Amino acid sequence: MYVIIVGGGQVGHSLARMLISEKHEILLVEKDPARYSKLSEELGEQVILGDGTELGTLMDMGVNRADVLVAVTGTDQDNLIICQMAKILYIIPKTIARVNDPNNEEVFQTLGVDATVSATRIIGSLIEEKIDAGMFIPLLALKGGEVEIFQTQLSSDSPLIDKKISKLTLPKDCIIIAALRENQIIIPKGETILKENDTIITLVGKEAKGTFKKLFL
Amino acid sequence: MKIVIFGCSLVGSLLANQLMAKGNEVSIIDQNPNSFKRLDKEFRGKTILGIGIDEEALKNAGIEKAEAFISVTSDDNTNLMAAQLVRGKFNTPKILLRVYDPKRAQAFKELDLNIICPTVDTAEKIETLLAEKT
Repeated sequence: MYVIIVGGGQVGHSLARMLISEKHEILLVEKDPARYSKLSEELGEQVILGDGTELGTLMDMGVNRADVLVAVTGTDQDNLIICQMAKILYIIPKTIARVNDPNNEEVFQTLGVDATVSATRIIGSLIEEKIDAGMFIPLLALKGGEVEIFQTQLSSDSPLIDKKISKLTLPKDCIIIAALRENQIIIPKGETILKENDTIITLVGKEAKGTFKKLFL
Repeated sequence: MKIVIFGCSLVGSLLANQLMAKGNEVSIIDQNPNSFKRLDKEFRGKTILGIGIDEEALKNAGIEKAEAFISVTSDDNTNLMAAQLVRGKFNTPKILLRVYDPKRAQAFKELDLNIICPTVDTAEKIETLLAEKT
Protein backbone atom coordinates (compact mmCIF):
# COMPACT_ATOMS: atom_id res chain seq x y z
CA MET A 1 0.00 0.00 0.00
CA TYR A 2 1.11 3.56 -0.55
CA VAL A 3 0.42 5.65 2.54
CA ILE A 4 0.95 9.39 2.89
CA ILE A 5 1.47 10.63 6.43
CA VAL A 6 1.19 14.32 7.12
CA GLY A 7 2.87 15.41 10.34
CA GLY A 8 6.32 14.22 11.29
CA GLY A 9 5.92 14.41 15.05
CA GLN A 10 6.03 11.43 17.39
CA VAL A 11 2.93 9.79 15.99
CA GLY A 12 3.76 10.38 12.34
CA HIS A 13 7.34 9.30 12.73
CA SER A 14 6.48 6.11 14.61
CA LEU A 15 3.75 5.31 12.15
CA ALA A 16 6.17 5.75 9.25
CA ARG A 17 8.64 3.36 10.84
CA MET A 18 5.95 0.80 11.54
CA LEU A 19 4.59 0.88 7.99
CA ILE A 20 8.06 0.62 6.50
CA SER A 21 8.79 -2.46 8.57
CA GLU A 22 5.55 -3.94 7.22
CA LYS A 23 6.85 -3.30 3.72
CA HIS A 24 4.45 -0.52 2.76
CA GLU A 25 5.47 2.44 0.65
CA ILE A 26 5.25 5.67 2.60
CA LEU A 27 5.66 9.39 2.16
CA LEU A 28 6.01 11.50 5.28
CA VAL A 29 5.29 15.20 4.96
CA GLU A 30 6.72 17.56 7.57
CA LYS A 31 6.65 21.33 7.44
CA ASP A 32 9.23 22.29 10.02
CA PRO A 33 12.69 22.49 8.41
CA ALA A 34 14.61 21.42 11.52
CA ARG A 35 12.42 18.39 12.15
CA TYR A 36 12.52 17.56 8.46
CA SER A 37 16.32 17.55 8.51
CA LYS A 38 16.43 15.04 11.33
CA LEU A 39 13.80 12.84 9.71
CA SER A 40 15.53 12.83 6.35
CA GLU A 41 18.69 11.47 7.93
CA GLU A 42 16.74 8.36 8.79
CA LEU A 43 14.12 8.24 6.05
CA GLY A 44 15.87 9.80 3.05
CA GLU A 45 13.49 10.41 0.20
CA GLN A 46 10.57 8.98 2.08
CA VAL A 47 10.16 12.30 3.86
CA ILE A 48 9.61 15.67 2.20
CA LEU A 49 9.52 19.21 3.47
CA GLY A 50 6.12 20.69 2.84
CA ASP A 51 2.80 21.83 4.20
CA GLY A 52 0.22 19.08 3.93
CA THR A 53 -2.51 21.52 3.04
CA GLU A 54 -0.53 22.82 0.09
CA LEU A 55 -0.27 19.51 -1.68
CA GLY A 56 -0.09 21.23 -5.08
CA THR A 57 3.61 20.67 -5.61
CA LEU A 58 3.33 17.10 -4.41
CA MET A 59 1.49 15.99 -7.53
CA ASP A 60 4.88 14.96 -8.87
CA MET A 61 5.31 12.68 -5.92
CA GLY A 62 2.41 10.61 -7.08
CA VAL A 63 0.08 11.86 -4.41
CA ASN A 64 -2.93 10.79 -6.36
CA ARG A 65 -1.95 7.15 -6.42
CA ALA A 66 -1.94 6.95 -2.62
CA ASP A 67 -4.23 4.40 -1.02
CA VAL A 68 -4.47 6.07 2.35
CA LEU A 69 -3.76 9.51 3.72
CA VAL A 70 -3.18 9.92 7.44
CA ALA A 71 -3.24 13.37 9.03
CA VAL A 72 -1.50 13.41 12.39
CA THR A 73 -0.39 16.98 12.95
CA GLY A 74 -0.97 18.53 16.33
CA THR A 75 -3.76 20.77 15.07
CA ASP A 76 -7.31 19.56 14.43
CA GLN A 77 -8.13 22.20 11.83
CA ASP A 78 -5.07 21.29 9.80
CA ASN A 79 -5.84 17.57 9.99
CA LEU A 80 -9.39 18.18 8.83
CA ILE A 81 -8.45 20.34 5.86
CA ILE A 82 -5.63 17.98 4.86
CA CYS A 83 -8.10 15.08 4.71
CA GLN A 84 -10.72 17.11 2.87
CA MET A 85 -8.19 18.30 0.28
CA ALA A 86 -7.03 14.72 -0.18
CA LYS A 87 -10.57 13.71 -1.07
CA ILE A 88 -11.45 16.75 -3.17
CA LEU A 89 -8.26 17.20 -5.16
CA TYR A 90 -6.64 13.81 -5.21
CA ILE A 91 -9.47 11.40 -4.70
CA ILE A 92 -7.48 9.41 -2.15
CA PRO A 93 -9.81 6.57 -1.15
CA LYS A 94 -9.21 6.49 2.58
CA THR A 95 -8.45 9.33 4.99
CA ILE A 96 -7.64 8.96 8.66
CA ALA A 97 -7.27 11.87 11.03
CA ARG A 98 -6.03 12.29 14.51
CA VAL A 99 -8.44 14.43 16.51
CA ASN A 100 -7.03 16.11 19.57
CA ASP A 101 -10.26 17.59 20.87
CA PRO A 102 -12.88 14.83 21.15
CA ASN A 103 -15.64 17.41 20.59
CA ASN A 104 -14.42 17.73 17.02
CA GLU A 105 -14.79 14.06 16.10
CA GLU A 106 -18.38 14.39 14.95
CA VAL A 107 -17.61 17.31 12.64
CA PHE A 108 -14.75 15.38 11.07
CA GLN A 109 -16.95 12.41 10.38
CA THR A 110 -19.75 14.55 8.93
CA LEU A 111 -17.27 16.23 6.61
CA GLY A 112 -16.12 12.96 5.10
CA VAL A 113 -13.05 11.88 7.06
CA ASP A 114 -13.21 8.09 6.89
CA ALA A 115 -11.83 7.28 10.31
CA THR A 116 -10.93 9.43 13.28
CA VAL A 117 -8.73 8.60 16.22
CA SER A 118 -9.04 10.57 19.40
CA ALA A 119 -6.38 9.58 21.87
CA THR A 120 -8.14 11.65 24.50
CA ARG A 121 -11.34 9.73 24.04
CA ILE A 122 -9.65 6.34 24.09
CA ILE A 123 -7.68 7.15 27.20
CA GLY A 124 -10.81 8.58 28.81
CA SER A 125 -12.54 5.33 27.97
CA LEU A 126 -9.76 3.30 29.51
CA ILE A 127 -10.00 5.34 32.68
CA GLU A 128 -13.73 4.73 32.80
CA GLU A 129 -13.10 1.06 32.26
CA LYS A 130 -11.44 0.93 35.65
CA ILE A 131 -14.47 2.41 37.29
CA ASP A 132 -17.57 0.69 36.05
CA ALA A 133 -18.30 -2.74 34.62
CA GLY A 134 -21.31 -2.70 32.32
CA MET A 135 -20.43 0.68 30.81
CA PHE A 136 -20.08 0.63 27.06
CA ILE A 137 -16.93 2.32 25.87
CA PRO A 138 -16.75 3.60 22.32
CA LEU A 139 -13.48 2.53 20.72
CA LEU A 140 -13.63 3.51 17.11
CA ALA A 141 -16.02 5.10 14.67
CA LEU A 142 -15.87 4.23 10.99
CA LYS A 143 -17.43 5.44 7.78
CA GLY A 144 -18.62 8.80 9.04
CA GLY A 145 -20.19 7.37 12.18
CA GLU A 146 -22.27 4.78 10.35
CA VAL A 147 -20.56 2.01 12.30
CA GLU A 148 -19.05 2.07 15.77
CA ILE A 149 -17.09 -0.44 17.79
CA PHE A 150 -17.81 -0.63 21.51
CA GLN A 151 -16.14 -2.36 24.40
CA THR A 152 -18.08 -3.38 27.47
CA GLN A 153 -17.69 -5.71 30.40
CA LEU A 154 -20.63 -7.98 31.16
CA SER A 155 -22.06 -7.62 34.62
CA SER A 156 -23.71 -10.38 36.65
CA ASP A 157 -27.18 -9.29 35.60
CA SER A 158 -26.41 -8.88 31.90
CA PRO A 159 -28.99 -10.47 29.59
CA LEU A 160 -26.13 -11.64 27.40
CA ILE A 161 -24.50 -14.13 29.77
CA ASP A 162 -25.02 -17.86 30.34
CA LYS A 163 -26.82 -18.43 27.05
CA LYS A 164 -25.58 -19.59 23.68
CA ILE A 165 -24.89 -16.64 21.40
CA SER A 166 -27.26 -18.11 18.80
CA LYS A 167 -30.07 -17.81 21.38
CA LEU A 168 -29.43 -14.16 22.24
CA THR A 169 -31.74 -11.46 20.91
CA LEU A 170 -29.39 -8.87 19.61
CA PRO A 171 -30.63 -5.94 17.52
CA LYS A 172 -30.11 -6.16 13.76
CA ASP A 173 -26.75 -4.64 12.75
CA CYS A 174 -25.11 -5.63 16.02
CA ILE A 175 -22.34 -8.20 15.97
CA ILE A 176 -20.25 -9.37 18.86
CA ILE A 177 -16.89 -9.67 17.17
CA ALA A 178 -14.75 -10.77 20.09
CA ALA A 179 -14.87 -11.67 23.75
CA LEU A 180 -11.96 -11.27 26.14
CA ARG A 181 -11.87 -13.66 29.06
CA GLU A 182 -8.91 -13.50 31.42
CA ASN A 183 -6.10 -13.36 28.89
CA GLN A 184 -7.87 -15.19 26.11
CA ILE A 185 -9.50 -13.85 23.01
CA ILE A 186 -12.60 -15.74 21.96
CA ILE A 187 -14.05 -15.29 18.51
CA PRO A 188 -17.66 -16.11 19.24
CA LYS A 189 -19.63 -18.65 17.30
CA GLY A 190 -23.28 -19.70 17.74
CA GLU A 191 -22.35 -22.19 20.44
CA THR A 192 -20.25 -19.77 22.50
CA ILE A 193 -21.61 -18.89 25.93
CA LEU A 194 -20.62 -15.51 27.37
CA LYS A 195 -19.97 -15.23 31.08
CA GLU A 196 -20.03 -12.54 33.75
CA ASN A 197 -16.92 -10.36 33.56
CA ASP A 198 -16.26 -11.18 29.92
CA THR A 199 -15.35 -8.05 28.00
CA ILE A 200 -17.09 -8.01 24.65
CA ILE A 201 -16.20 -6.02 21.56
CA THR A 202 -19.28 -5.25 19.50
CA LEU A 203 -19.74 -3.75 16.04
CA VAL A 204 -22.88 -1.61 16.02
CA GLY A 205 -24.60 0.14 13.14
CA LYS A 206 -25.86 3.68 13.68
CA GLU A 207 -29.52 2.68 13.69
CA ALA A 208 -28.96 -0.06 16.26
CA LYS A 209 -27.02 2.05 18.74
CA GLY A 210 -30.03 3.01 20.89
CA THR A 211 -31.32 -0.54 21.21
CA PHE A 212 -27.82 -1.83 21.85
CA LYS A 213 -27.23 0.58 24.72
CA LYS A 214 -30.48 -0.52 26.38
CA LEU A 215 -29.02 -3.99 26.82
CA PHE A 216 -26.66 -2.58 29.37
CA LEU A 217 -28.99 -0.50 31.52
CA MET B 1 -29.01 41.77 10.91
CA LYS B 2 -27.66 39.56 13.64
CA ILE B 3 -24.06 38.77 12.78
CA VAL B 4 -21.39 36.59 14.37
CA ILE B 5 -17.78 37.29 13.43
CA PHE B 6 -14.96 34.89 14.24
CA GLY B 7 -11.56 36.56 14.42
CA CYS B 8 -11.08 40.07 15.75
CA SER B 9 -8.29 40.59 13.26
CA LEU B 10 -7.84 43.78 11.24
CA VAL B 11 -10.63 42.72 8.91
CA GLY B 12 -12.77 41.31 11.68
CA SER B 13 -12.59 44.41 13.83
CA LEU B 14 -13.13 46.72 10.84
CA LEU B 15 -16.24 44.77 9.90
CA ALA B 16 -17.47 44.72 13.47
CA ASN B 17 -17.10 48.48 13.80
CA GLN B 18 -18.69 49.27 10.46
CA LEU B 19 -21.56 46.80 10.71
CA MET B 20 -22.33 47.99 14.23
CA ALA B 21 -22.36 51.61 13.05
CA LYS B 22 -24.89 50.67 10.38
CA GLY B 23 -27.27 49.35 13.02
CA ASN B 24 -26.58 45.62 12.93
CA GLU B 25 -26.33 43.39 16.01
CA VAL B 26 -22.77 42.11 16.09
CA SER B 27 -20.95 39.53 18.24
CA ILE B 28 -17.30 38.82 17.80
CA ILE B 29 -15.25 35.81 18.92
CA ASP B 30 -11.50 35.72 19.40
CA GLN B 31 -9.19 33.63 21.56
CA ASN B 32 -6.89 36.54 22.34
CA PRO B 33 -8.42 39.19 24.63
CA ASN B 34 -5.99 41.81 23.31
CA SER B 35 -7.52 41.69 19.85
CA PHE B 36 -10.73 43.23 21.18
CA LYS B 37 -8.74 46.45 21.66
CA ARG B 38 -9.16 46.96 17.92
CA LEU B 39 -12.86 47.60 18.42
CA ASP B 40 -14.19 51.15 18.58
CA LYS B 41 -14.99 52.55 21.99
CA GLU B 42 -18.61 52.81 20.80
CA PHE B 43 -18.81 49.11 20.04
CA ARG B 44 -21.88 47.78 21.87
CA GLY B 45 -21.83 44.25 20.59
CA LYS B 46 -20.87 41.08 22.45
CA THR B 47 -17.27 40.00 22.65
CA ILE B 48 -16.69 36.32 23.29
CA LEU B 49 -13.37 34.99 24.38
CA GLY B 50 -13.09 31.60 22.78
CA ILE B 51 -12.49 29.71 19.59
CA GLY B 52 -14.97 29.65 16.74
CA ILE B 53 -14.63 25.94 16.27
CA ASP B 54 -16.05 25.45 19.73
CA GLU B 55 -19.83 25.09 19.78
CA GLU B 56 -20.15 26.66 23.23
CA ALA B 57 -18.40 29.84 22.12
CA LEU B 58 -20.55 30.01 18.99
CA LYS B 59 -23.73 29.58 20.99
CA ASN B 60 -22.64 32.27 23.46
CA ALA B 61 -22.11 34.54 20.49
CA GLY B 62 -25.69 33.92 19.43
CA ILE B 63 -25.08 31.70 16.42
CA GLU B 64 -28.47 30.01 16.78
CA LYS B 65 -30.31 33.25 15.97
CA ALA B 66 -27.67 34.73 13.70
CA GLU B 67 -28.37 35.55 10.07
CA ALA B 68 -24.71 35.70 9.11
CA PHE B 69 -21.45 34.09 10.19
CA ILE B 70 -18.14 35.55 9.04
CA SER B 71 -14.86 33.76 9.62
CA VAL B 72 -11.79 35.94 9.19
CA THR B 73 -9.08 34.61 11.46
CA SER B 74 -5.55 34.66 10.09
CA ASP B 75 -5.56 30.89 9.57
CA ASP B 76 -7.21 29.43 6.45
CA ASN B 77 -7.82 26.02 7.99
CA THR B 78 -9.48 27.50 11.03
CA ASN B 79 -11.80 29.57 8.83
CA LEU B 80 -12.64 26.57 6.67
CA MET B 81 -13.38 24.37 9.66
CA ALA B 82 -15.46 27.02 11.42
CA ALA B 83 -17.55 27.74 8.33
CA GLN B 84 -18.28 24.07 7.73
CA LEU B 85 -19.08 23.46 11.38
CA VAL B 86 -21.53 26.36 11.42
CA ARG B 87 -23.12 25.28 8.16
CA GLY B 88 -23.56 21.70 9.36
CA LYS B 89 -24.70 22.36 12.90
CA PHE B 90 -26.51 25.70 12.76
CA ASN B 91 -27.40 26.23 9.14
CA THR B 92 -26.85 29.98 9.41
CA PRO B 93 -28.28 31.59 6.24
CA LYS B 94 -25.19 33.57 5.16
CA ILE B 95 -21.73 32.15 5.76
CA LEU B 96 -18.69 34.04 4.50
CA LEU B 97 -15.01 33.36 4.97
CA ARG B 98 -11.59 34.51 3.90
CA VAL B 99 -9.04 31.99 2.59
CA TYR B 100 -5.59 33.23 1.57
CA ASP B 101 -4.37 30.15 -0.29
CA PRO B 102 -5.77 30.21 -3.83
CA LYS B 103 -5.68 26.41 -4.14
CA ARG B 104 -7.62 25.84 -1.00
CA ALA B 105 -10.01 28.65 -1.91
CA GLN B 106 -10.68 27.00 -5.27
CA ALA B 107 -11.09 23.51 -3.82
CA PHE B 108 -13.54 24.57 -1.14
CA LYS B 109 -15.53 26.85 -3.40
CA GLU B 110 -16.54 23.61 -5.07
CA LEU B 111 -18.16 22.62 -1.80
CA ASP B 112 -20.37 25.70 -2.15
CA LEU B 113 -18.65 27.84 0.43
CA ASN B 114 -18.67 31.63 -0.05
CA ILE B 115 -14.96 32.27 -0.03
CA ILE B 116 -13.15 35.53 -0.49
CA CYS B 117 -9.54 35.07 -1.57
CA PRO B 118 -7.58 38.31 -1.13
CA THR B 119 -4.52 36.74 -2.77
CA VAL B 120 -6.30 36.28 -6.06
CA ASP B 121 -8.16 39.59 -5.81
CA THR B 122 -4.94 41.48 -5.08
CA ALA B 123 -3.04 39.83 -7.91
CA GLU B 124 -5.87 40.55 -10.34
CA LYS B 125 -6.05 44.15 -9.26
CA ILE B 126 -2.33 44.63 -9.69
CA GLU B 127 -2.40 43.05 -13.11
CA THR B 128 -5.20 45.37 -14.15
CA LEU B 129 -3.28 48.41 -12.95
CA LEU B 130 -0.11 47.27 -14.71
CA ALA B 131 -2.01 46.92 -17.94
CA GLU B 132 -3.48 50.41 -17.77
CA LYS B 133 -1.91 53.00 -19.96
CA THR B 134 -0.40 55.85 -17.89
